[in-house]
This record gives sequence, C-alpha cells and structure tokens, in this order.
Amino acid sequence: MFSRSFVRGNFLRVPPRFRKAYCNGGNLKTFDKILIANRGEIACRVIRTCKEMGISCVSVFSDADAQALHVRMADEAVHIGPSVATQSYLNVDAILDAISLTGAQAVHPGYGFLSENKEFAKELAKRGVVFIGPNAHAIHVMGDKLESKRTATEAGVNIVPGYDGIVQDSTEAVKLAKEIGYPVMLKASAGGGGKGMRIAWDEKDVIDGFHLATEEAKTAVNDDRMLIEKFIEKPRHIEVQVLGDEHGNVVYLNERECSIQRRNQKVIEEAPSTFIDPVTRQSMGQQAVALAKSVQYNSAGTVEFLVDPQKNFYFLEMNTRLQVEHPITECITGVDLVKEMILSAAGHKLSFTQDDIGINGWAVEARIYAEDPVRFLPSVGYLSKYIEPSQAANEMIRVDTGIEEGSTISMFYDPMISKLVTHGKDRSTALTTLAKALDNYCIKGVTHNIPVVRDIISHPDFISGDISTNFIQEVYPNGFQGRKLDERGTEILIAAASFIHIKRTNAAPAFCNQNRQMKSAKDDGSKHILFLLIGGDSYKVEIEENHDTFFANINGKQIKILSEWQLGNAIVNLSVDDVKETIHFEDRKGQTMDLRLYGDKYSVQVLNSKQASMNEHVPQKSKDSLAHILKAPMPGIVKSIVCKEGDEVEKGVAIVTLEAMKMQNPLFAPLTGKVKTIYVKEGDSIAEDDLILELQV
Amino acid sequence: MHARKICKIMDKAVSVGAPIIGLNDSGGARIQEGVDSLAGYADIFLRNVMSSGVVPQISLIMGPCAGGAVYSPAITDFTFMVKDTSYMFVTGPKVVEEVTNEVVSDQELGGALTHTKKSGVAHGAFENDIDALSQLRELIDYLPLSNKDPVPVRQTSDKIDRDLTALNYIIPPSSDTPYDMSDIIKAVVDEEEFFQIMPDYARNIIVGFARLNGQTVGVVANQPNQKAGCLDINASVKGARFVRFCDAFCIPLITFVDVPGFLPGTDQEYGGIIRHGAKLLYAYAEATVPKLTVITRKAYGGAYDVMSSKHLRGDINYAWPTAEIAVMGAKGAVAILYRGKTQEELLKLQAEYESTLCTPLQAAARGFIDDIIMPSTTRRRLITDLELLSTKTQHTFNKKHGNIPL
Repeated sequence: MFSRSFVRGNFLRVPPRFRKAYCNGGNLKTFDKILIANRGEIACRVIRTCKEMGISCVSVFSDADAQALHVRMADEAVHIGPSVATQSYLNVDAILDAISLTGAQAVHPGYGFLSENKEFAKELAKRGVVFIGPNAHAIHVMGDKLESKRTATEAGVNIVPGYDGIVQDSTEAVKLAKEIGYPVMLKASAGGGGKGMRIAWDEKDVIDGFHLATEEAKTAVNDDRMLIEKFIEKPRHIEVQVLGDEHGNVVYLNERECSIQRRNQKVIEEAPSTFIDPVTRQSMGQQAVALAKSVQYNSAGTVEFLVDPQKNFYFLEMNTRLQVEHPITECITGVDLVKEMILSAAGHKLSFTQDDIGINGWAVEARIYAEDPVRFLPSVGYLSKYIEPSQAANEMIRVDTGIEEGSTISMFYDPMISKLVTHGKDRSTALTTLAKALDNYCIKGVTHNIPVVRDIISHPDFISGDISTNFIQEVYPNGFQGRKLDERGTEILIAAASFIHIKRTNAAPAFCNQNRQMKSAKDDGSKHILFLLIGGDSYKVEIEENHDTFFANINGKQIKILSEWQLGNAIVNLSVDDVKETIHFEDRKGQTMDLRLYGDKYSVQVLNSKQASMNEHVPQKSKDSLAHILKAPMPGIVKSIVCKEGDEVEKGVAIVTLEAMKMQNPLFAPLTGKVKTIYVKEGDSIAEDDLILELQV
Repeated sequence: MHARKICKIMDKAVSVGAPIIGLNDSGGARIQEGVDSLAGYADIFLRNVMSSGVVPQISLIMGPCAGGAVYSPAITDFTFMVKDTSYMFVTGPKVVEEVTNEVVSDQELGGALTHTKKSGVAHGAFENDIDALSQLRELIDYLPLSNKDPVPVRQTSDKIDRDLTALNYIIPPSSDTPYDMSDIIKAVVDEEEFFQIMPDYARNIIVGFARLNGQTVGVVANQPNQKAGCLDINASVKGARFVRFCDAFCIPLITFVDVPGFLPGTDQEYGGIIRHGAKLLYAYAEATVPKLTVITRKAYGGAYDVMSSKHLRGDINYAWPTAEIAVMGAKGAVAILYRGKTQEELLKLQAEYESTLCTPLQAAARGFIDDIIMPSTTRRRLITDLELLSTKTQHTFNKKHGNIPL
C-alpha cells in the first residue's frame, strides 16, 4: 500500500559513470534504528532510503497526523502531542522521550521544525544519539544571519552590502535603509523559508514591513531579531548543494536554480541553471566548499546565492539541512543525499571526490501546494480524489509526497501536497514531461496551484530561461487570472464536454427493468446537435456517433474524437484529431460541467437544440454584487483589524490580518468606502467564507 | 373547466400508473367563478391525496402560485421552484401589509430562496425554466413509475468493488472534528451521482437519491459539518418525509449515521422536538423496504435508536471501526456517573469510558450491529446486501392506517 507514493522508479537509474558515487557504502555499517523528527513528504522520503539501507524507522506524530502516511510507513510510530507544531514537532522533550522509548540511535530532522535547532542537536549529543546533519557549531554559525555573514566574509565568499547588526526598532530601520539605499530587505535573524521577511521600497514600507515581519518571526521561530540589507533587483536565486564528511572532505553537487518564487517561497526549481556557465559554476562551488570547510561541515547543506544579471553572485545564507528541492540534485548527480547524510553521520568518509560529480541531463521540480492560485492563499480540506501522474517507459517522473487519497490537508502545517519532479536528457525533455505530468495529476478537495505552475512552465520567458525572483510578481501582477483559451484549447473542451454529455444522455435511458419509453437523444435520428457555452461564447456542434469514436462538426470544422471514458471517472483521456489530450472532469451541476484543461478550470454549459432554442427566451439575471463584502478566504485567526466601523478605507489597503498556516495574511479593502459593519474581533477564530466586514456601497 | 381538465389527466395517470408532474404558473382562482373555482381546487387536492403513495407526484413552481393553489404542491411528494421568477404564499404581500403592517416583497415572502432555506416548503430551487425541467428529468430517472412498478435499475460501468481506500482515513482522529458526509456518499454510490433533496434546508441531515450497482436507493445521512450532525426539528421532519416517500415506492434506504443526539435547547423543546423527532422514529420503524445502516462515527442516545437502528427493523447494520455507540459522549457520561470526583480522576475515567463504551464492540456483541467493517468495503457490502434483500417481504398488522405524530 505504501509503495504507491514512493518514487516512481527511476531517479536511481544511474548511468555507469555515476554508479560509484551512488553505490557508496552499500554494506557499510550505519545505524539499526533511526527516528525521523518530521512529518509529511520529507518523513516519507527519509523512510524510503532507510528501508533501502535496511535501517528500521521510527516516526513521530501529532494528533492531526495520527493517520498520516509517514506514520503508516514507519516501523514504529510515537505520538508526541497536540496538532500545533510548537507542542509536537517542535517539542524537543517529547521527541527526546520518543527516542528513549524506541531506542533509536540517530535522528533525521528533515527540513524545517528542529532541523536547524542547535539546542536539539546538543541535547541529542548529551544522550549519545547521533544527529543526522552537520555539527552543532555549523548549525549555530550558519543559523544566525549575522554570524554567517561574518564567517562567509572571512572564508572569502562574496556578500550583499548591508548593516552588520540587529535593527532595534522601525525608526532605526528607516535610518539604516536611507544609508544603504532603497530598496532594502528586512529579515528575521533566525527566520527562513520566507517567514519574517519583507521588502521595502520606501519609508512607509519599512515601518509596515518591520512590524509584520517581527510579528511573523515571533510566531514562527520565537525570535524577533531583525536584520536589514540591500535588496538586489532582478536577482536570480541560485544555490549550491554541498556534501561533507567528518574527515574534512567537502564536495559541491552543482547548482539549483530556484528563482520562481511567490511570497519568497519557492515554486519551481531546476538543476542545473540555464544561467550558469562552467566558470561561474566552479567559482560558486569553490566558494561554497570554502565556506563549508570553514565550519567543518560534515553533512548535506546548501549555500544560497543571489545572482545579478551580470552574473555577480552574493552569499545569501547557508541552510544546514536537507533542502526541500534536493531531489533535482539527486536526479542530475545520481547521489542519494539522504543516504550520504546517514553515512557521514555514522562517520564514514565520502566515497567520491569532486571529479566524480557531473551533470546528467536536466531535472525540474514543481511544488504542488494546496492554495488558491490567484492570490496564493492556502486551502485546506479532505482530498476526495488524488491520482498521481503515471510515467511512460521513456519518462522519468518522481512524486515525493506525504499524502494520498483520503488524506486531509490541515491548517496546522505547510500546505504542500507534493513535489513533482521530472528528469530528462535535456531541459526541454524534462519540461515536456512535467507539463504532461501536471495535466495528468488529479487533485480534488482542495484548491491547488497546478494551473499557475502549468502556465509558468509554458511562459516564453521561462522557456528561454529569462527569469528572476520577480518572475511571478511581474508576470502575474494581479495574481494568476487563468490562461487565455486558444482555438485548440476550445476544441479540446468542446470535444470533451460533448463526449461526456453524450455518454450521459445515452446512459440515462439504459434501464434494465423498466417499460418506460425514452426518446432518442439524437435530434434527427443520426446526429446529436448540441450548443455549448464556454465563457460567454456559443458553439454549435453536430456529432455523429460510432461507438467510442465521435465525428464532430464545430462551426464547419470537422474533428475526430476518440475516448474510452466512462461515467464516474475523474480523468478523461481523449484524442482530438489523433492528438492525445487529458481533461479532468471535476463536477457537474445541471447542464453545466466543470472541466480542467492544462490545470485551469472551465465551466461548460451543454444544451441540446431544443434547450438552446428555449434559452433565448430565458431572462438574463443581474448578478448580485458582493463586492462590498470582505469574507475570510481561508480559515484562521483574526490577528489585527486596523479600521473601525465608520472609517473610510481605500481600495487595496490592508485592513485585516488573518493568521493561517503560520503566515500573517493581509486582507485588503475590496473597494473604497466607509466601513459599515465589522463582524469579527481580534483573536476570533473564523472559518472560510465567514463574513469579516461590510463596506457602505 | 381548467380544474376538470387537470382532474381528468390525474385520474388517467393513476389508472395507468404514471407519475404526475405539475407545472404551476397561475394567477390563482377566477374570482368571478365563485365557489366553482374553490370546488375545482378541492377536486385537485383530493386527487393529490388519493394518488399519494400510488404514483410519484412532483410540482414545479415556475411563476406565481398563491392562495388556495399552494395546497396542491404542498401535498405532492416534491415541490421545486425556479429562482427569481416563482413565488408561493397563502396570502400575498398586500394583505400581509394590511393585516400586520409588515412590508415584504413577493420574493422575500415566498421566493425560491425563502422556501428552500427558511420554510422548507420547497425541495429545491433551479436557475431557470430550462435548468428546472432538465433536472426534473434527472430526478424522474431515479423514481419508479408507480408503487407497482419496480425501482429502476440502470446499466452502470462503475465497479462493485471499486477501491475506496480513501474512506479508511476520512474520519478525523479527534471525534470533535467535523467532516463532510457528502464525501462519503459520493464515494460509495455509482458514478459520484447524488440527487440531493432539500440541499439548503436543515443541512444537518442529508437526504437524496443515488444508485448502487444501477439500482435507485434513498440515502439519509447525518451531516457532522452542520450543527455537529444533531437531529433537530427541521432535520427530523425532512428525514421523516423522505423515508416515507422511499417506503411508499419501495426504494431501499441507506442510512449513514454520525449523530451526537437531538439538539438541546429551549427553542427545540418549545418547538416540539419530542413530537417532531418522533416522526423520524415512526417513519423508520414503519418502513418495510430494505434498510441498510452504516454507523461512521457517533451514534448516541435516542438518536442512535431513531437512525434506522436494528431495533427499528434495520435489515443490516454496519459500524466502521471509528463508531462510538453509547448512551452519550464520554465527557457528559463521566460527569453524571462520577459527580464529585476531581478533575484528574474524571479525565482518567473519561479515557476508560472512551475505550470501553465508546466503541462498536458492545453493540456488536449483542447483535445490534451485524459487522464492524473497513470503510473501504462499504460499497461492495451494501451492493451485495441489496441483492440479498431484493426479495424481502415484511408484513404489518391489518389496519386502516397508523397515526403518525403529525
């Protein structure tokens, strides 16, 4: 049952040249039992390698995760507390108890939670339990943005101009910002993953951003010390994977480009980068290795750089843990990073040198999040349908996930559903496979970001590699609004909708035990004449049916449709004019069905000729305007309300902060006007679609 | 004359066993015709009553339907309305204003939203005339033509033993956490197709038609998402009427149970939850169609008895492993049983109660449930059971009719 969501086979299909690296220490003695102090996909990912190495695994879980996949995959599982992370996955005492209870010899922390917590590493050391990660000194130095900067400078690594110290308050922040020159970036000293980070373009931004970021840092990592530095425009985010052992060896495993980010969180990553030439690669790699060596780095780690359009690179930070996006490095190098971490934690030497590391093809990773693709707000719920893309013989698809059909995305943790990784001989192969995999990925129950990911990877600038960390902001300034339907897309939608409609009408009178007479759905006995409405456009379609092959005439154009789809299936595989396409059948209400094409959702209304002729006489309804009402876009806790009843607010100004998914989410005034009623107060816990406030119209 | 014409077709329909569908769009009685028009109304009402339970009767309100005319739809099995263009009330806004000084519009007083959300007079609302007529066709496809005709069975490609692993994890770990019961219904039935009756009224109970291996079934289910799935006055009445419809037309009943009890409160008690709750109890007890029950989580107190329990002649009653069948929840029970104990002791006793009494085991030991099943096998079992029960006969005492607590 569990193997289903494991890697789909082949990222370990390693060419001979790399086999040595991968085969490192197949029989080396490591540990008998490892505890994984994490949850979700990364816990499952670590368990998979442990099983390959013959190590038994212990999972820990909170209340909300009692039935989670990582619990069922492990050999043993220990309950460590309530759903809130601070009381479970961040609860050091509970995890230490779990270790002594199960007798685990080592702990893999995954990413996030306790992965970069030096106290935790120290506690483990006290108990003689091995921490699968770098030494506590390295965690300490790199975990602090100030100290890491000093260390980097000393190691000869390029750094970003900024202020070398803690910013006390927003007044000082404004003063420093003036000295450095706008734009500046405010970030939490102990933060990471975009939490507690704000960019400011003027004084007002600095003041607002300072408060928001401090608040966020306090909730996320309980440390609100803030830093300020120059913000580099149009930068690329490129990072170098390093791997070290206890014997002073460190190698770099090439770069990963993670420039496609939203709200400072990565969405699409690829390895290698289109922007990096061999000389830059080597120079970045050498600096990364020098930095790692300066802290006796002895595990897997990542040195993040910002690269400006002139290929100048600046040290950003070093992550002393396994990164979310590590699979793409594994794909192109053939190295199992989790295995290497375990081996070096057990004191083994790296079995390969820098010369053994090459680049095999191209790998792309898309992070599939449960979130609204328009505003990138998290979505929670029960996954009533979850079908992962399957791979053809010549494709390489890897899905790293901690969920399966029936799982629930809860509001307590990161809303990531999975990491969809594809690997190919070159970039275009990997991207083609990714596009196909996204089209075949079926997720129902939560809103997800497949539409926007699908759109990004077909964007000309992305395809040509002309990207920066501003990509999403620049391409979708008002959020992702869905892609424009072209002629071919329309044809596919018409083909699928007609096919589904006809299958349904044919099934309706297929009674086995009734003597009622049903009229044929065909208009003149041989043909179906249908009228389809897609987004305000109307299409007349005549269809001749021949078993599973349909011949359609759309406004004079002949199209052949072939499909074996049957009622109740969520995925509609059909060929339109002999080209294979995949459509998702989401839902149906009356004559209107919701279909997904390339990730985007479309409503298609299908009427027969009689209904269509009557439709002309149906009065058009005026839509009730709800624009003056602000509703909760997701469940969460009202953190602050900065207006009161009677206040005048301006459209687009943040008036309410909603805390959800550990993030402070600003909610903006929907239009300019006077606040009529506020339905909630600070501290209220509210559900999705609950009324927050109403403006005077 | 019009009334006579309507009566003629109704008589004919009953004699051949064909459903009656009324499309209502009328200004009301012709005042000039005096008592003749009133007689015409009553003739129709009488036929509605006499045909009740003989052929399915459906009303679709497409325009005005006011005064005496409302009582024909009121008697039929299902009343649907078209949004914005239809309304129904006994007395219109003008009279209301004269008598009570309330100012109210046609739509507010008797529009589709009023009757599908507030009053429960209508069983569903549709966008426009076309939508209404085509969705009625969908409904008709679920129903037998008359009480003598078999329940429709349709060809289906949906497999009997379809993989439903997802259901094994749908019940949240904490028994106070809600989930959406309609996810379970959609997963179990054929092709995810479920025709809900009264989707917007008393949402704490879900009723509607679906198919299992092609055969129509009536589904009744508590909705833990709404009022924790408690039975209240409106939910009981909604459920009872649906159960009686299914029983009248031999449509098997599938009941999914997750009910913490009857909704407490003065509103409910003053409103007569005792006699309204009794309606659902009466309807289930009286029904002789195949009755299959699946307890997904809570089945507490009197509400356990009511929801198609074994004691009310449930044919096959299943419990999922997550079922909690008891007189009441652990917290309440411990507070009553062990008054005066310290908080610490109470917590311990509560845990003990949870592990001994809040399980399906006691009920299973006594034969009150037939099996504890993995949720993923629910569909397969229900279908096999329906097959087994297809020849079920059950007789009741000879009587004119029972006296349901109306």
